[in-house]
Amino acid sequence: MLATSRTFEANARAGLANDNLQRALALMRSGFPERRRLAVERLPEFEALREIGKSIKDHTLEHLDFYLELFEENALASGGRVHWARTPDEARAAVLEICRSVDARIVTKGKSMIAEEVGLNEFLEKNGITPVETDLGEYIIQLRHEPPSHLIAPAIHLMKEQVADTFRAEHRTLDPGRSLAEARQLCDEARAVLRPQFLAADVGITGANFLVAETGSSIIVTNEGNGDLTQTLPRVHIVMTSLEKLVPTFEDAATMLRLLARSATGQEFSAYTTVSTGPRRPGDLDGPEQYHVVLLDNGRSRLLGGEFQDMLRCIRCSACMNHCPVYAAVGGHAYGWVYSGPMGAVLTPSLLGVAEAGHLPNASTFCGRCEEVCPVKIPLPKMMRHWREREFTEKLNPPVYRAGLFLWAWVARRPAFYHALVELAGRALGWLGRGRGRFRMLPLASGWTAVRDMPAPEGRSFHSLWAERQKGGAGK
Amino acid sequence: MTAAREQILSGIRSSLKRGRLDPGREAELRARVTAHGRNLIPARASALDHRARIDLFVAMAEEVQATVAPVNSFAAVPETVACYLAEENLPAELVLAPDPSLDDIPWDARPLLRIRRGRAETGDAVSLTPCFAAIAETGTVMLISAADTPTTLNFLPDTHIVVVRQNQVVATYEDGWDRLRVACAGHRLPRAINFITGPSRTGDIEQRIELGAHGPRRLHVILVDDREEKGEHEGQ
Repeated sequence: MLATSRTFEANARAGLANDNLQRALALMRSGFPERRRLAVERLPEFEALREIGKSIKDHTLEHLDFYLELFEENALASGGRVHWARTPDEARAAVLEICRSVDARIVTKGKSMIAEEVGLNEFLEKNGITPVETDLGEYIIQLRHEPPSHLIAPAIHLMKEQVADTFRAEHRTLDPGRSLAEARQLCDEARAVLRPQFLAADVGITGANFLVAETGSSIIVTNEGNGDLTQTLPRVHIVMTSLEKLVPTFEDAATMLRLLARSATGQEFSAYTTVSTGPRRPGDLDGPEQYHVVLLDNGRSRLLGGEFQDMLRCIRCSACMNHCPVYAAVGGHAYGWVYSGPMGAVLTPSLLGVAEAGHLPNASTFCGRCEEVCPVKIPLPKMMRHWREREFTEKLNPPVYRAGLFLWAWVARRPAFYHALVELAGRALGWLGRGRGRFRMLPLASGWTAVRDMPAPEGRSFHSLWAERQKGGAGK
Repeated sequence: MTAAREQILSGIRSSLKRGRLDPGREAELRARVTAHGRNLIPARASALDHRARIDLFVAMAEEVQATVAPVNSFAAVPETVACYLAEENLPAELVLAPDPSLDDIPWDARPLLRIRRGRAETGDAVSLTPCFAAIAETGTVMLISAADTPTTLNFLPDTHIVVVRQNQVVATYEDGWDRLRVACAGHRLPRAINFITGPSRTGDIEQRIELGAHGPRRLHVILVDDREEKGEHEGQ
């Protein structure tokens, strides 16, 4: 998929002007955060579980080579196969080889962000294989040729009327006079259209929420049951996943699962949590004959041991974006690639480079809500700051911006001069704005004043008042 | 592929600024895995007696739109199934997991119920399966794949009826997993382990929850009191 993260500003403006998107985002703002809050309130141990979840992931990452080898050993022992892929190219090639080995024509897919990351659908189509997304949201955006706009609700940017229009345009053999006014009807139609595809598919591809080293198993968590039909009915099941999904034991997975659904949808537990280990056993009446795990690196191993290692704890729950004021204003497509919101703002530069995705870590108010709700306590704002620093040291910002930062740095390192300047500027602005009490426009700050007024300073700076108070001995 | 494998593993080690772990450390990590110690277990599910565990299971399952019918014995199951199908306007047809644990159910008592044993096929409207365990913590049923318990029964039909024996109700996921470890001692795990919590659902259109996205629209639990001396055995 072609990234458009470079044009974040234009993407964001388009998002702000898109009425349907704004209606959809309003629904999200009142939905996910409230449901998460209620779920967390019901589980007094939630905070303690976050700390444990963090330490499970940290422990696994510190010993990732060991756990990957153990996972492979156990997956092989249960009759599975493991394919290591350094790059998206290698991952796609591994999938194609498996598909070709069984002459696959139709491939059903459960939701997989790794498949999105490597652009799998486009690649399969080019090679004469039809990929069919089966998660309702993924199916809708596949019909619309759009990327997902959210980790767990990929079509969250759409209103039901848009979905109805899409179904009418794409399901041409159905009665054009049918009603599609209700979400219920849309769900039933997707169910009816996709059921034959599940049965016809030669290969089913799912992602993995977790990999369990102890047993060589993959775990998927879904609500629709599409992932289970995808992996149960075809002859071949391929799990597309990445290195950092590992946990050591089932007990560790259970802790992560207690965090996942509550953080994501506010459910106590998702409808379906499925642990898959190898292909069908002798005597089994159903299940795939082959079980493959494609393990993608794509730069993740380089993040270990550095300032972005913490990002590899991410369990893709979407709590950060559900609580992000920037995401809630511009939507997921503005981020221009597969991952959006705060986690996308950190991960996308890691995977595509800061030259491509440098806007994303700048698109933050640093309110810190993302870190507060993260089930594995990823310091997202801190890492966005790291990317800003990296962008600056690699001289990727525009010259005017850099000159401004240099000037600021020079002033900020001279406190006496800084305070004098602030005092002076405060008085000058206070005097200039004394009539109206605010400024409609300010030189060099037109971007800021274009959407709001600048209040005129009144009186003296906090710093000088504080200094005086300290001197007078009145404060503590 | 081997080149990719070696390069990824050596890349990980160089990022972590170390070589391969020494055998002593690897042995410690293996011991951690073998011990598979439990992490924090929510108080909600721990220290419950038998009755409280059953009550929690039922309350949590009903909260996610599963329906629960308690019965006193296997003898009552055919009647309960027939009534449920009639109430829901469903055909009196079942596909049954060919599992010996369901042999105690006297289907002859309801000769009008048409029963087939096997995996689910297209067009099967209602399935009936046993479960491996039920988990009180979130009202979840735990099912495993085997020759006698095909996975398609859990997902293809519109209605899934699960027979849960009271003694199968455990407190937590970890308790269910421990039972599985005992049951599989010396063998491989089953291919699929399904933790199912309520019927299929989606919120993908305007975040409105709709039941029956791709999996079953209804999940009906028949909870059989199989304790030998009812009302006395607590715990277990």
